[in-house]
Amino acid sequence: MNTQTAVGRFGRFGGRYVPETLVPALMELEEAYAAARADPTFDAEVAQVLREFVGRPTTLTPARRLTEAWGGAHVWLKREDLAHTGAHKINNTVGQVLLARRMGKKRIIAETGAGQHGVATATACALFGLPCEVFMGALDVERQALNVFRMRALGAVVRPVESGSKTLKDAMNEAMRTWVSQVEDTHYVIGSAAGPHPYPTVVRDFQAIIGRELRTQAQAAFGKLPDAIVACVGGGSNAIGVLHPFIGDPSVRLIGVEAGGHGLDSGQHGASLTLGTEGVLHGSRSLVLQDADGQIQEAHSISAGLDYPGVGPELAHLAKTGRMEVRTATDDEALASFYEVARLEGILPALETSHAFARGRELARELGAGKYLVINCSGRGDKDVATISARGVPPAVGVKP
Amino acid sequence: MSGAIAKAFARAKARGEGALVAYGMAGDPDLPRSVDVFTAMVEGGADIVEVGVAFSDPIADGPVIQGAAERALKAGSTLKRVLDEVVPELHRRCPETPLVIMTYVNVIMAMGEERFAKLARERGISGVILPDLPPEESGSLRATFDASGVDLIPLCAPTTPPARAEAIAKDARGFVYCVAVAGVTGMRAELPADLSQRLELVRKASSVPVVAGFGISTREQAHTLSAHADGVVVGSALVRAAHTEGPQAARALCAEIKRGLKR
Ligand SMILES: Cc1ncc(COP(=O)(O)O)c(C=O)c1O
Repeated sequence: MNTQTAVGRFGRFGGRYVPETLVPALMELEEAYAAARADPTFDAEVAQVLREFVGRPTTLTPARRLTEAWGGAHVWLKREDLAHTGAHKINNTVGQVLLARRMGKKRIIAETGAGQHGVATATACALFGLPCEVFMGALDVERQALNVFRMRALGAVVRPVESGSKTLKDAMNEAMRTWVSQVEDTHYVIGSAAGPHPYPTVVRDFQAIIGRELRTQAQAAFGKLPDAIVACVGGGSNAIGVLHPFIGDPSVRLIGVEAGGHGLDSGQHGASLTLGTEGVLHGSRSLVLQDADGQIQEAHSISAGLDYPGVGPELAHLAKTGRMEVRTATDDEALASFYEVARLEGILPALETSHAFARGRELARELGAGKYLVINCSGRGDKDVATISARGVPPAVGVKP
Repeated sequence: MSGAIAKAFARAKARGEGALVAYGMAGDPDLPRSVDVFTAMVEGGADIVEVGVAFSDPIADGPVIQGAAERALKAGSTLKRVLDEVVPELHRRCPETPLVIMTYVNVIMAMGEERFAKLARERGISGVILPDLPPEESGSLRATFDASGVDLIPLCAPTTPPARAEAIAKDARGFVYCVAVAGVTGMRAELPADLSQRLELVRKASSVPVVAGFGISTREQAHTLSAHADGVVVGSALVRAAHTEGPQAARALCAEIKRGLKR
């Protein structure tokens, strides 16, 4: 199903709002990407790396104890946490780095919030032998020490960004500024389905492997398409990746869960689909958190990967047209879900993913028995253990002290 | 208003000089004192003033202007307040000097294109520069500005292919802003060797004056460029001078650059 209404546009959203210096590079990328898509050897190459290195297809796992605990629909998990490096981000970085290599680019830059996209980019660069620089908000460098180490171990240079809120949005500004000065020989690997055209399309296409696998796996596992699919939404790459292949299936409810932070009325959240207004951030027109004067507001989430005041243009379009339902989960709800999933399913989900789980119970009940709910497990929680354990761990269950 | 921009270039030319387009950040250090900075620039010889309106996420700017934007936002600068409190006073003090707003597209969108165009026109703004609005995205905004008599001044980059550069130049309003370096705003010791060729190409295609900007901070650079362009834009160097030493330093730097622009 095509949601693109004009070149680079999803309804009112999308476009290419960048300095003129970058426009030729974006046109070059658009052309190179179209040529790569038309070349079967490129698809084959990407598929081979995903199979041999990333470990795809990722499994579709029944969540039996969650199903029982929630008392509604059958709950199944699409396990992007099992992909190499521990999140869906690797699907896109493998694709983009292969594309950059095809284009003859000499070096790679990227931005990262949780560090997951930075690790995935550093990994793809190590695999294909390209130098890699990752921009990361100074606050996130602190919050995500494990991933900073992983990037450095993989040979990438991590550049802490001290401007603004010192988080993902500022890392993206800095990556764009750097790209403007090195655009001739550098490819910028954007980590979510956001940014100027053609990035939202490129990232979505590389991530749509999640939804395509899910279609096949759902048929095999329960003989039909899921009744609902839920994913967390930061910039939106895991969400558009798992949801896009189902846009044309009206029987499938598509649900995105945003960061509610300290609550929607606290002013501290990352709910740009729910409370954002139309604006331009990082090269595309979408829904953004901003004040009445057009200044971008700082987002807040316990999860660094959802701490972003914008969202990809295609998701904004799906939300505005009603095709995707949007909900939110607070920091506390995400934390509670982290432990629920850990203890009932033996999985430590990423804090981002925990937001999707946090809406699982009510969705399972809304759907009811006999229906199938799939939760996209966008990543594993190892990177978040410092953040989570700092708040203390709830006592063990069923064991005498 | 576009007449004002053309006249300013013509006046400089008649004096045998390239035009100086001087950029400052409205609201740095605060709104009233930034009017003094802009006024000092004009006293120093600036022919056109670019009034920077701060944006929280300035992807085309280097550290100096980024820092100024942060200070301006802290001081309460908004597009509305700049139009109400900076532009009219500056226009009153320097009635001959065309004023051009430089900001990012989101700031204009938030106010509303039509409302901004109307206010800008009323307050005496001649043109607008939006560094994150390439030609493909500028259709509706330019039509609105055209209808109000405000020039949407286009940018041309070192990476812009020649045919595209010619198209931008042919269709330009006010003047063409040729970005001198592939990069963000900020002072540079060296400018690209092929810059003069690029300027000549754009100048040949353009029906309006052509200026070079980004990276220019010295009298020598201004002198070299004035052989190939109708003027230069100086931003970061002026913003830094005003921030560290006050309006008189901005006045002195404008005068110094103006000496370089003598032909
Ligand atoms: C595990 C995980 N899930 C989700 C996200 C949010 O990104 P997106 O909304 O693009 O999928 C991130 C980002 O870092 C992540 O690491």
